[in-house]
Amino acid sequence: MRIISIKNYIIVVSLLSFSSSLFAASRDYISVVGSSTVYPFATVVAERFGKNTGSLTPKIESTGSGGGMKLFCSGIGTKYPDITNSSRRIKESEFKKCQDNGVTEIIEVLIGYDGIVLSNSIQSKKMNLTRKDIYLALADKIPNSNGKLVKNPNKTWQDVNPSLPDKAIVVIGPPPTSGTRDAFVELAMEGGAKSFKALKALRKSKDSNKIIEMMRDLDIPASAFNEKGKKVFKAITHAIREDGAYIEAGENDNLIIQKLEANPDALGIFGYSFLDQNSDKVQGSTVELVEPTFESIADKSYSIARPLYFYIKKAHINVVPRIADYAAEFSSEKAWGPEGYLADKGMIPMNKDLRSKFSDDIKNMTIMKGVE
Amino acid sequence: MTSLSTAARQEKIRSGLKKRHRAETRFRLYGATAITFGLMCVLFLFSDITSKGYKAFQLTYINLNVTYDEDVLGVSDASDLSQMALGDFHGAVKAGLRDRFTDVNGRKNKRELYSILSNGAGYTLRDQLKENPNLLNTTANMWLIADDDVDTYFKSLNNKDGPFKGRMTENKETWLQSLIESGEVETRFNTNFFSKGDSREPELAGIYGATMGSFYTLLITIILAFPLGVAAAVYLEEFALRNRWTNFIEVNINNLAAVPSIIFGLLGLAVFINFFDVPRSVPLVGGLVLTLMTLPTIIISSRAAIKSVPPSIREAAIGVGASPMQVVLHHVLPLAMPGMLTGAIIGMARALGETAPLLMIGMVAFIVDVPTGFNDPATALPVQIFLWADSPERAFVEKTSAAIMVLLAFLVIMNTVAVVLRKRLERRWM
Repeated sequence: MRIISIKNYIIVVSLLSFSSSLFAASRDYISVVGSSTVYPFATVVAERFGKNTGSLTPKIESTGSGGGMKLFCSGIGTKYPDITNSSRRIKESEFKKCQDNGVTEIIEVLIGYDGIVLSNSIQSKKMNLTRKDIYLALADKIPNSNGKLVKNPNKTWQDVNPSLPDKAIVVIGPPPTSGTRDAFVELAMEGGAKSFKALKALRKSKDSNKIIEMMRDLDIPASAFNEKGKKVFKAITHAIREDGAYIEAGENDNLIIQKLEANPDALGIFGYSFLDQNSDKVQGSTVELVEPTFESIADKSYSIARPLYFYIKKAHINVVPRIADYAAEFSSEKAWGPEGYLADKGMIPMNKDLRSKFSDDIKNMTIMKGVE
Repeated sequence: MTSLSTAARQEKIRSGLKKRHRAETRFRLYGATAITFGLMCVLFLFSDITSKGYKAFQLTYINLNVTYDEDVLGVSDASDLSQMALGDFHGAVKAGLRDRFTDVNGRKNKRELYSILSNGAGYTLRDQLKENPNLLNTTANMWLIADDDVDTYFKSLNNKDGPFKGRMTENKETWLQSLIESGEVETRFNTNFFSKGDSREPELAGIYGATMGSFYTLLITIILAFPLGVAAAVYLEEFALRNRWTNFIEVNINNLAAVPSIIFGLLGLAVFINFFDVPRSVPLVGGLVLTLMTLPTIIISSRAAIKSVPPSIREAAIGVGASPMQVVLHHVLPLAMPGMLTGAIIGMARALGETAPLLMIGMVAFIVDVPTGFNDPATALPVQIFLWADSPERAFVEKTSAAIMVLLAFLVIMNTVAVVLRKRLERRWM
């Protein structure tokens, strides 16, 4: 090593550290963060947008819905993202955090739906399930014949429902950090729990004394008490059993499909688009006798489907170039319409009224008032 | 012992000899088994990846007559860039498909027909016309990229358990069959894979963007980590006093080398992004984080290299009147350089394969445009593999394996260079 090259190093390093203090001032590409479920759809829009207009392609990070909201609500300025994708609606707490950090003007856009399917390998028989079956198979605690909540004793599907096969319950699904899991417990588990009268009454109740009484009847520990019966209900129904019947498999849905191939007796939980692409390997179970298909999810007859959103920071429009154009591309018929390219990728489109409502919201930059 | 006669002792040794020989053979066998097992694992990994990924280097093309019709395209002057940007090139491709299959009627069937070609085909047309504006209003015979469903189907036609049908419909199969019979379908080398950035259409996706991202990131890392690491190692070995402080520093450097890499990502997020306002997702911040990660490795290997320079060299230099700085710069460093470079290359190889710290600083992102500098949003090779492995499209399975092959090739090259450097430049001190 010669001394001259050491000098060169010093020059380069100091130049680098100098230049690093220069940026952060502007950004000429759109920055999008958020849900890994919306990611496959948002990326298609971004790519087409970039190619068609010849401008820079938006950068899309897959951070998960919660992580995206956290970044999005951190503040105004080009170092924060312009848009966040979400596989659920923004929460009250997140909305408040946004307001506190100066992100007061948010445009909310519903883009479509994603079905969640319970599938098994095509080597075994197709399952016909109900949400009640799903709840009884997977919940940590279920009501017994005396109406008391007990640890889930069901070992086989036949224990759950005599019409189901006599096979051990093995379900491979996403971990609690995943948006798919959030939506699954909310739609399938809560939906199934509601078929029990006592649990349904608890969910509706807002009277503290009654809640305590109901909790005693159900044998729920007093520590779980909340003034809102709905919160107690959620806490109970969202708990998935941890005795090995439910296997957490990370957030990679392709991995779940590989595991289903290896174990034909297992069921897997993942998004509809993965079923669509892997129809040679897995089949979707029916829920309440409805097949998970493109049409049944769109007309809501298939019950386990969740909405997909994105949120725009209005203060960034016109500061970062072309945000409005990107949103317009997303909300054009050729993208999110029934025959649009997002439908080809497996996103389930909304009906015409909703589509025109939200594309108007984008055009008029309608700001959301709050989360009710 | 003393009670045994010589003969009895020999007898005892002889009787135990067989057992000892057996133990010896077993012991060697254990070692050989361990090596065989390791080799089998490597072989399995390589053959699995290669068998899944080799098809990604081929891409299916379909032959089509396309007319650059002024009215269909909506372009009256091909040199006008704004007109070209808005031109309906997909419309021209669709018209070409309709002319080839004149008997296809109905909206649904036509949509199905259009889906046998990639939506990248329109962009191919646009590029052609941009290059040669005289093509306007002429008809050209072109090979256009097929859709990923068609691509996977065509490439799996010779599979023993039948082709992968997936999302292929009966109609699409019939059309493709007629195209195959007239020789209008063929596979070619997939240049997109090596020349394009990421895409959500598997047939258009490439690793060039990720490779450039990795290149810029590693460039920052080597520029910062190597001189810093060498300087630290020289100071600690040659100048620092042996006391409690230097011991403390040494223990800490060794500990840092063992810290999980995600921790460096969190540190980078807190320090570089939140405090220094370096933008997210750019190679600069990635390089800074990987510098933190590789620095301990480089310091440790550089110290070992400096230690291996015999003291006699230093003493001789001092003896002829060299100053301590001259001793280091003229004698110790040049002799220790091969060892240092080896350490640096191995550190770089590790940094190249790293994903976890990049997750925290926003480099796990969908980026189509190929980065051209340290401040463009970028991703890295292992991150690209991670993103593709997570994509629903079936055709990304082979792309993922192909990208792994490329990453492995880079790693093997880097490690080979390290070995060769060591062999070539290392001096043995008798």
